[in-house]
Amino acid sequence: MSAQPTTTEAMVQVRDVHKVFGRGQDAVHVLKGVSLDVPRGSVTVVLGPSGSGKSTLLRCVNELEEITAGSIHVGGDLMGYRLDDKGVLHRLHPKMIAKQRSRIGMVFQRFHLFPHKTALENVMEAPVQVRGLSRAEARRRGLELLDRVGLAERAEFYPAQLSGGQQQRVAIARALAMDPELMLFDEPTSALDPELVGEVLAVMQDLARSGMTMIVVTHEIGFAREVADHVVFMDDGVIVEEGAPADVLDNPSEPRLRDFLAHVL
Amino acid sequence: MEDRPSGQLPEPLHARPVPRPGRWVSAVVVLVLVAMAVNALVTNPNFRWDTVWLYLRDVVVVRGVGWTLVLTFGSMAIAIVLAVLLAVMRRSDNPVMRSVSWFWIWFFRGTPIYTQLVFWGLLSVLYPRLSLGIPFGPEFWTFTTQDVITAFWAALIGLAFNESAYLAEIVRAGLSSVDPGQTEAAKALGMKDAKILRRIVLPQAMRVIVPPTGNETISMLKTTSLVLAIPFTLELTYATNQIGSRIFQPIPLLIVAALWYLLITSVLMIGQHYLERYYGRGFDGGRTGRGRGRGPRGGRGKPSKQDLIGASGTTKDDPFLEVTP
Repeated sequence: MSAQPTTTEAMVQVRDVHKVFGRGQDAVHVLKGVSLDVPRGSVTVVLGPSGSGKSTLLRCVNELEEITAGSIHVGGDLMGYRLDDKGVLHRLHPKMIAKQRSRIGMVFQRFHLFPHKTALENVMEAPVQVRGLSRAEARRRGLELLDRVGLAERAEFYPAQLSGGQQQRVAIARALAMDPELMLFDEPTSALDPELVGEVLAVMQDLARSGMTMIVVTHEIGFAREVADHVVFMDDGVIVEEGAPADVLDNPSEPRLRDFLAHVL
Repeated sequence: MEDRPSGQLPEPLHARPVPRPGRWVSAVVVLVLVAMAVNALVTNPNFRWDTVWLYLRDVVVVRGVGWTLVLTFGSMAIAIVLAVLLAVMRRSDNPVMRSVSWFWIWFFRGTPIYTQLVFWGLLSVLYPRLSLGIPFGPEFWTFTTQDVITAFWAALIGLAFNESAYLAEIVRAGLSSVDPGQTEAAKALGMKDAKILRRIVLPQAMRVIVPPTGNETISMLKTTSLVLAIPFTLELTYATNQIGSRIFQPIPLLIVAALWYLLITSVLMIGQHYLERYYGRGFDGGRTGRGRGRGPRGGRGKPSKQDLIGASGTTKDDPFLEVTP
């Protein structure tokens, strides 16, 4: 267990993280010692074949999965645990974990909008229920955010009345409503029809330009090339290669990455 | 919107329908049978329809209807609260909670309601005094059982506890029919478990929970007739049976009870219809993006809220998929 973050610049510090699902005979070692720094205001794109552990890594960052070993710091705070003066590790109370999560926005592959609430109600839900914002204030902010993702006139629509691309943009607005300091995207365009991918990527690109710290798991190499500051390639639970997009995507040194790019492009 | 026909509509095909003589034959046969049944009901003087009409409005009978309604709604209300509690306990991480919930459901589903009601009636024999205190330790409060658990309360508790076991399974099926992704999305927003259950999971589960609960209410209406086992003697079945024995005309009084039960059931069915509409209420808006949300419930081409929840694919359709014996 590494103790304190060494630099104040890194928004996210992942240190030697392991994740094992199940136990005994059925144990599956999904993350095998992953370390990663995400500087504040930067965009990191994580690539890799399915089953390489990239989604699990993302889910560990906001505590949807409990890590087995290692440590994750977000904004300088150790995620999910507290290290006391004597060096004893304590699991955090669920209330505190919920609080940590509320500072991190997450966008899912299958959107997971609340189907019984309108687009606007989806965006208002967490600010009102978690932050205790007044409904009027949350409504004003919600409409602002829906406008930002280009869906102001769809505010009163229910998720099932929206296209996949529109749903994902509402999901992004819903995550932004909590004023996160970090946004996680778990294959945000993989469940979309090809003609709808562009509108979601445009919103994400806009978000990156505004200085949001982002970790994006995706297969969109074009997005990685244009928007990412840092590209990470994972395979079989480890980071195989990482660096600037131009280096990683155009001059891959790893045969596994070369193979992967040949398939994706 | 985009699926509205544009331009000229084509002339539809004109074809002779397939001849179906079987339809006519079967309809005639069934109608004759119905006529025979009606004839048997109306012309048989033993039914004493005049007596039926007289006692349908009798004070004792109408009071019995009132008590039956109080028992039905009272026990269902208690049972619903208990059922949500039991269902949540069943999903808890705490093995004590899980086991207690399992045992409760096992016990109350596993013994006949009649036996349970007799037991509640005999509670004051089993425990003449009830006390609040520390087990095996001091007692703070003592009651005489007969003063606290009157026949009415015994009936209410007996019906409610039994029903809670069945409803708990319905609620559990409803809760597990909601996509776990919904919980994850709410968690990722920083919501706490209790709030996720109340604001996100339960409202979606209601769509699966409401129809079988309406069914259970109608069933409960008639189960209340068993409280004579306690004995609680004011409800409809006991009241009509008593009058029937007194005037030596049991059959007309049975019909009186049956007519009242049918009337209440009809009202309950209307109520259930509106309750289901509430959880699937229509609203302004276009059709769904993928066109899956169109259903008969919304009317006038507008998808209902329920259709939309269905269309989003976050709940499974079969409420009993997850009910285990």
